[in-house]
Amino acid sequence: MTDLAYILSDSRVMLRRNLKHQLRYPSMTLMLIGMPIVFLLLFVYVFGGQLGAGLGPHDGRAAYLDYVVPGLLLITVASAVQGTSIMVAMDMTGGIIDRFRTMAIARASVLNGHVIGSLLQTLGAMAIVVGVALGIGYHVAAAPLQWLGAIGILALFAFALIWLAVALGLAAKSVETASNTPMILILLPILGSGFVPTGTMPAGLRQFAEYQPFTPVADTVRGLLSGSPIGSHAFVAIGWSVGIAVVSYFWAISLYNRRRAAEPK
Amino acid sequence: MSSGTGSSGIVARDVCKAFGDHLVLDKVSLTVKEGSILALLGPNGVGKTTMVRILSTLLPADSGSMSVAGHDVTTDPDGVRGVIGVTGQFSAVDNLLTGTENLRLMTDLRHFGRDAGRRRIGELLEQFELTDAADNPLSTYSGGMRRRLDLAMTLVGEPRVIFLDEPTTGLDPRSRLTMWKIVRELASRGVTVLLTTQYLDEADQLADRIAVLDQGRIVVEGNPSELKSRIPGGHVRLHFADAGRLRSAAQLLETGTPHNDQLVLEVPADGSVDSLRALLDVLHRARIDVERLTVHTADLDDVFFAVTGSHVARDLDGGRAPQGAHQP
Repeated sequence: MTDLAYILSDSRVMLRRNLKHQLRYPSMTLMLIGMPIVFLLLFVYVFGGQLGAGLGPHDGRAAYLDYVVPGLLLITVASAVQGTSIMVAMDMTGGIIDRFRTMAIARASVLNGHVIGSLLQTLGAMAIVVGVALGIGYHVAAAPLQWLGAIGILALFAFALIWLAVALGLAAKSVETASNTPMILILLPILGSGFVPTGTMPAGLRQFAEYQPFTPVADTVRGLLSGSPIGSHAFVAIGWSVGIAVVSYFWAISLYNRRRAAEPK
Repeated sequence: MSSGTGSSGIVARDVCKAFGDHLVLDKVSLTVKEGSILALLGPNGVGKTTMVRILSTLLPADSGSMSVAGHDVTTDPDGVRGVIGVTGQFSAVDNLLTGTENLRLMTDLRHFGRDAGRRRIGELLEQFELTDAADNPLSTYSGGMRRRLDLAMTLVGEPRVIFLDEPTTGLDPRSRLTMWKIVRELASRGVTVLLTTQYLDEADQLADRIAVLDQGRIVVEGNPSELKSRIPGGHVRLHFADAGRLRSAAQLLETGTPHNDQLVLEVPADGSVDSLRALLDVLHRARIDVERLTVHTADLDDVFFAVTGSHVARDLDGGRAPQGAHQP
């Protein structure tokens, strides 16, 4: 086999291990998927009537549902990558990682398994959230190509945040730290255009909201799914995603390799 | 380096490793011949695990040269990884998988085909008496079963060199004996084994050669009988009821050393039944009553306490004096 074939084969083995972990540890998977759904019901049925009143004269709650779903998809991503961090940290604090390091396997395969496994989990979670949203009356005006675009943008952004979560999981000294640090990611869609238009925010917060990475992603997805123009948001969203992915990837790899020199125990 | 070429032994020369200011390994050299077992013996914290982690490519050494089965550890770590198996101090198993799935993970990563992998898994489950529990989750495994699975996973690729870091720490006596049997079988099949242990009897039972590590240095190395020959031989301690009898016995047995405060006469003896019978006959003919006696044969404890500092003896044994007599 060539080097590439080894990497693919070893990564596939690690992916299968990761997916089995998700099945054997269903409470975490359920918690990570449950949170965005609770948020969805909370924001639509409790806050939605009042929040939607600002969006237009007709049925505020339905308008707010259409507005908030992209924000909730980002909450879904942020919630799911918290699981990635926990899984990576659990792996690194257990004995099995040392076994992998003493075997002649493709070094990248351990992290690849986590990243691809988490990406599949995140896409699955987003599908469930969209399903629930459609069930309570979410209205999508997107053509197939726009659907594809929205899925692509979300998948790319999820991929970037997953690498960030892998790095955070590697950097964490304990599983507890690994579970707490990524929580800040869950706040970011709220401090952006995920739940209310940034124009309604006070000056300092508004500037932060307009320039942070979750906002262009939310705007792009919202535009695509509602069938309205997206302007340059997509390019900004892609730029942020690629940037976060590249920086996090190199950070994660360097942390992973540096562990080799760590003191035992 | 060339000395390891063509053999599947382990050669290490002048290995140094420091963590910060703390020098953990100070020019450690050792050789493990192909198909033999070397026990690296020493109490906790003297660098045994660090040595294993360096030789198994987990940690870089600060200096020194090492080769494992002809592969240089520093320049060809992947070559080393291809021929070694490592079972560390803490079980390296995947707790969310079953026994079979753990082994399957190893056969897949070693690129066995589907059928060859299944065969190998079946063999190992049987060899390690795990067939019945194969499809149970690891949460139901006992400590001994986990350790056996751990070693089975290490052996999937039939490594030529195996590192066992304290393989029986925390095991009950029966599991310990099972583990010893497995290690002996491995060596009899030509596998080179480097094991670390803090149990003297384990080194005595298993090892062809023993290296005693203390404060980051090998303080003595040899086969178990060589080590035993380095220290004073065995003796019999005769305990008497009063000083008078002790004095009479001391006059009768001129080789003995009396300890008046303890009413004990220490007589050199090899511990054989014949020599004991002869000794007792002499005392019986002279009508000297012996209250009781203890036989002390030289063992690795003596070697250990003789060659390492007294601080080690204190750490290990709660302050027992070196060279203490053993109850039979």
